[in-house]
Amino acid sequence: MVEKTEKENMNIVIVGHVDHGKSTLIGRLLYDTKSLPDGVYEEVKQVSEELGKDVEFAYLLDALEEEREQNVTIDTTQIFFKTKKRDYTIIDAPGHKEFLKNMITGASLAETAILIVDADEGVQEQTTRHAYILSMLGLKQVIVVMNKMDLVEYSEARYKKVSKDVTDFLQKLDVKPAYIIPISAMQGDNVANISTNMDWYKDITVLQALDEFKVLIVTESKQMRLPVQDVYKFDSKRITVGRVESGRINTGDEVHFLPSNKKTIIKSIEMWNVAERKTAEAGECIGITTKDPLFVERGEMMCTGDIPTPVDTIKASIFWMAKRPIKVNEPVQLKCATQKVECVIQEIERKIDSSTLNILETDKDQLKETEVGSVILKLKSPVVVEIGVPELSRFVLAEDDYILAGGIVKE
Amino acid sequence: MNRIDVLENKSVYIIREAYKQFKKTALLWSIGKDSTCLLWLCRKAFFGHIPFPVMHIDTTYKFPEMYAFRDKWAKEWGLKLLVAKNEEAIKKGVSYETHDAFTCCDELKTKALKQAITKYGFQAMFVGIRRDEHGIRAKERYFSPRNIDFKWDYKNQPAEMWDQFKSQTEEDEHLRVHPLLHWTEVDIWEYHKREKIPVNELYFAKDGKRYRSLGCMPITKPIESQADDIDKIIKEIRESKTAERAGRSQDKEKAYTMQKLRSLGYM
Repeated sequence: MVEKTEKENMNIVIVGHVDHGKSTLIGRLLYDTKSLPDGVYEEVKQVSEELGKDVEFAYLLDALEEEREQNVTIDTTQIFFKTKKRDYTIIDAPGHKEFLKNMITGASLAETAILIVDADEGVQEQTTRHAYILSMLGLKQVIVVMNKMDLVEYSEARYKKVSKDVTDFLQKLDVKPAYIIPISAMQGDNVANISTNMDWYKDITVLQALDEFKVLIVTESKQMRLPVQDVYKFDSKRITVGRVESGRINTGDEVHFLPSNKKTIIKSIEMWNVAERKTAEAGECIGITTKDPLFVERGEMMCTGDIPTPVDTIKASIFWMAKRPIKVNEPVQLKCATQKVECVIQEIERKIDSSTLNILETDKDQLKETEVGSVILKLKSPVVVEIGVPELSRFVLAEDDYILAGGIVKE
Repeated sequence: MNRIDVLENKSVYIIREAYKQFKKTALLWSIGKDSTCLLWLCRKAFFGHIPFPVMHIDTTYKFPEMYAFRDKWAKEWGLKLLVAKNEEAIKKGVSYETHDAFTCCDELKTKALKQAITKYGFQAMFVGIRRDEHGIRAKERYFSPRNIDFKWDYKNQPAEMWDQFKSQTEEDEHLRVHPLLHWTEVDIWEYHKREKIPVNELYFAKDGKRYRSLGCMPITKPIESQADDIDKIIKEIRESKTAERAGRSQDKEKAYTMQKLRSLGYM
């Protein structure tokens, strides 16, 4: 008999300042969990020798020749390893400021984050900025690893000093790390195995800390929301499709569409190659047919439960990631789930530098790359946003579909 | 929802997003397990109907079992099947007997695809690649723009977050859409099992050997295996420490051949 193969999977992202050792940590995790394909370690050893270096774990994942030459990870890669408890997918994210949008792309896929800080260098520009991004993305399961402890002679005093700095700025971001773990990814201390070099640290390894986190579970909600994605006509049926973003939908439910204010009753839930369904839950991509002929378009919000009021003014916190700045009153697209509408920043109430978290007093009528603004957005037509439904409380600002900023609805 | 449900729903969402934006599109069907899985997900997304053509880039070097599989299921599933070949290169005698694997791939696959995209005017292609296949593929996006020369500017890719994708194309550009990016090799087999998707017999062990990955016959080698059903394949992969594409020689010739191939537009 074949053993049960279905195992839990968790996506983790490793972020932090450039050269603080992300790639080395990933290499170490793979090596210590025996997750490397045959021959890869040997290949890395050979490449390291050719470049005249010690075995460099970072090369395990730098697939591109030029990355090896420049010693930077350009883009988000995905790597897999497993513990007894579950399978992990590591999303590596580049530390360089230049590759910020790649880092955000990677981090937005994660359920858990490791923030890596160099014990010697301490908190740097990207440490703070990446932590800010974790908080914007709503990542709650975070551990901090203090790397390169071998370079500071495994000093407890140094650990305490950097821990305090880290805790101080994370507090401002409302990020509460579960642990701050002193490690050496290069030497293998406290990654998979508890270190014998730090008698003063008796807590937990990186792998144990990861295993303690939970894979996120969707909570049941009475508020059913389904943003209409498209409308198809097949077999003379008109099928409205979309993903249930919250709650549960059942045949026979009376549904309300916003902003058109149309109402109808669900006749059937359509899915292919499954037994007939009378109900569908959050996360499922479904089709529906309705009792009365229904003519709605992409972007309408199908609702049951409390019916929200569409709004054309949104108070939000936005992170500007584009090279070019944006000025107050300059038109951009707002995309929230399948809703897409033109908008302008009506007012920038406050802006901060994401690397220092200092309030900025210059150029207050514009946001520049990596700046965070508390803003008021004015929309050309109303949309449904809802704090409490993840997909409806976050949005991007875009131009020709290029993402310029990520935003979180505040009010 | 279990893991496979989550993967499936994410893929279906992406497929529908892409189709919303692009009507002139096609699914690249290599007749392997991944693109067959993608084809199945398209049937899911469109309730059994695929509203665009399914295109096979035929190098003429595929296994007879692959052609048989293609023709059987294309008919059964009512697919709009397009078969594209680089006739010019074939006429000129580009072949594995006389040319290296890199040239054959470039001429018979990449160029054939370029010609087909131009001929049919496709704006977007659905491609069944996965991030775990190969280091370089890990850098892909769900929606990945390619310019007229198929160049992939991997350093300057549009951001993707919260299921918001760059789904417009500029002039002279087409998009590769990768709905399977987040799947692993085991997931693909788990899904075949759950959905009862037909499996090409080449994947099952016969006389102690099976194909783990299917490509052109002259450069695709079977692996030692006793796995003659899906459960055994899943068990074998879970325990295996060899790379999936180890039997595909174009990946091995030189460490960065794959990078070179891909920057030239290879799938």
